[in-house]
Amino acid sequence: MRIVALRGATTAKGSLRLSLAYLSLALPFALIVISLLLGLYQIPIETVGRALLSLIVPQAAEGISSTELTLILRIRLPRVLSAALIGAALASTGAAFQGIFKNPLVDSNLLGVTSGAGFGAAVALLLGGTALAVQSAAFAFGLLAVMVAYAGSRLYSSAPLIVLTLMGILIGSFFTSLTALTKYVADPLNTLPAITFWLLGGLTGVTWNSLPLLALITLGGSAFLWAVRWRLNILSLGDAEATALGMNPTRLKLVIILCATLMTAAAVAVGGVIGWIGLVIPHAARLLVGADHKALIPTSLALGASFLLVIDTISRALLPAEVPLGILTGLVGVPILIVLLRRSQRVW
Amino acid sequence: MLEAENLHYAYTSEQPALRGVSLQLGAGTILYLLGRNGCGKTTLMNCLSGVLKPQRGYVRLCGRDLSSYTPAERARLIGLIPQLHTPAFNYNVREIVLMGRAPHLSLLATPSRTDYEIADAALESVGLADYRARPYTQLSGGERQLVLIARGLAQQCRILLMDEPDAHLDLNNQLRVMERVARLAAEGLSFIVTSHLPNNALMYAHRILLMKRGMALACGDAAEVLSEGLLSAAYELPIEVIWEGERPRAILPRRAV
Repeated sequence: MRIVALRGATTAKGSLRLSLAYLSLALPFALIVISLLLGLYQIPIETVGRALLSLIVPQAAEGISSTELTLILRIRLPRVLSAALIGAALASTGAAFQGIFKNPLVDSNLLGVTSGAGFGAAVALLLGGTALAVQSAAFAFGLLAVMVAYAGSRLYSSAPLIVLTLMGILIGSFFTSLTALTKYVADPLNTLPAITFWLLGGLTGVTWNSLPLLALITLGGSAFLWAVRWRLNILSLGDAEATALGMNPTRLKLVIILCATLMTAAAVAVGGVIGWIGLVIPHAARLLVGADHKALIPTSLALGASFLLVIDTISRALLPAEVPLGILTGLVGVPILIVLLRRSQRVW
Repeated sequence: MLEAENLHYAYTSEQPALRGVSLQLGAGTILYLLGRNGCGKTTLMNCLSGVLKPQRGYVRLCGRDLSSYTPAERARLIGLIPQLHTPAFNYNVREIVLMGRAPHLSLLATPSRTDYEIADAALESVGLADYRARPYTQLSGGERQLVLIARGLAQQCRILLMDEPDAHLDLNNQLRVMERVARLAAEGLSFIVTSHLPNNALMYAHRILLMKRGMALACGDAAEVLSEGLLSAAYELPIEVIWEGERPRAILPRRAV
């Protein structure tokens, strides 16, 4: 009898965690609406609701001033959506990389994508490129860095993942040096501050133009990570065990790396270098729902999106001057995580 | 059910790890692989589990060449129980056992209610039904081995390869794990077990393959293989076998004075 009761309890706990994971997916949507209300110019929720509705039913916008409509739909909405997409992309790819590299201390920049993207953006800014040129260069160089790391690792036949990691770190620091060189030769009065601010991350200049590619890659990539999320458990045991459990770990890992690299490159291209999220949000998610990637991937997507939404809203609505996101994520996130860690006795 | 013929494998051309090993395994059999460190036991296991492809010779599983199986097909017949390990993440016991369902699920699927039931039944048959929600990393070594056996049961394969299941375990836990293995073998499951404890082979092996430098020194039942001459040759050390009537009872090394 006791055993039966105990089993009921453990099953309830398991499904509770999974329900919590799926429930957390509602959080970013609520935060998107809240973020639209807030800013230097506060807008009542009814106006925001009607403005959003007017995307589908144009008559709903009647009675709203064109200033408010522009502010909500053309300025705040693309920014808020891109914050959610970038946060989700960085956190979920971080969780996936931690799983396939069996290492809770890495994020999707492990193979140099962010460093490559940073260099691409720095060069484009140095040459006085448009916003679109900066984004394209960042995206292209992010992919290029990982491709070079991958090509380099193919020179060795054995242990490709370890060599790939090493190559990624080498290529990453190579591009970091190139970025430093770019900053060194940049004009300290205009291009140097532009490069520095870009490297600290921010969504100030985001318009609808940036969104289609970001949305397409983030949603497509997230869907793929979501689909293979349970397999991440098995990949995290290492190649020998995954093979013995009937998988082809090398192939699946490469597809996941490709997917995560595209997502990270797209996120960095729009938002600049926003550290911390990919490393730490998966840990926060683990504190909530446990190590099982079946629950961890949905929770990381939700918490990543929510966290960056909150941070970006703080940055543009509550502070007198916009502080770059890369600074705020650490300043706000670290205390939160320390509190979470203290509350939890979990060992991982 | 499983036969290997004349297996060769070399990591580098100068040092062959396997030099023509053959073995046969029937249903419900416990086969022990004994030999010194580096004699090729693990390489042989990896060739049998499909992690390595033998460079010469073949492995035949249920009448078919092992290389003609897809990884998932193979994993439905052969499971691997690795040495005691600590995963990078703190999975609970049920999540670990559930991973045994991987070869039965399509790549994009997640475990269904049936898979959870199979995993729970597997845990029950190793006597750990109450451990489902416990963190795997907080279990004792013996309990972890039992959980990994349960994962093999959830995999529903016919052969389990165990890499040193008695390493790092105290005597009580060694016997707890191996008694469970013996009981499962009596139900028809086959085991290939590597070990550095010949006395355990004496107690539990139906057949023993004694290896030396990538070759089979002897293969047969305990009374045939565990002779002083063969063991001394395999371990390159004088070894004494204590007999109890018709059967060997203990294996002891003798100090070279």
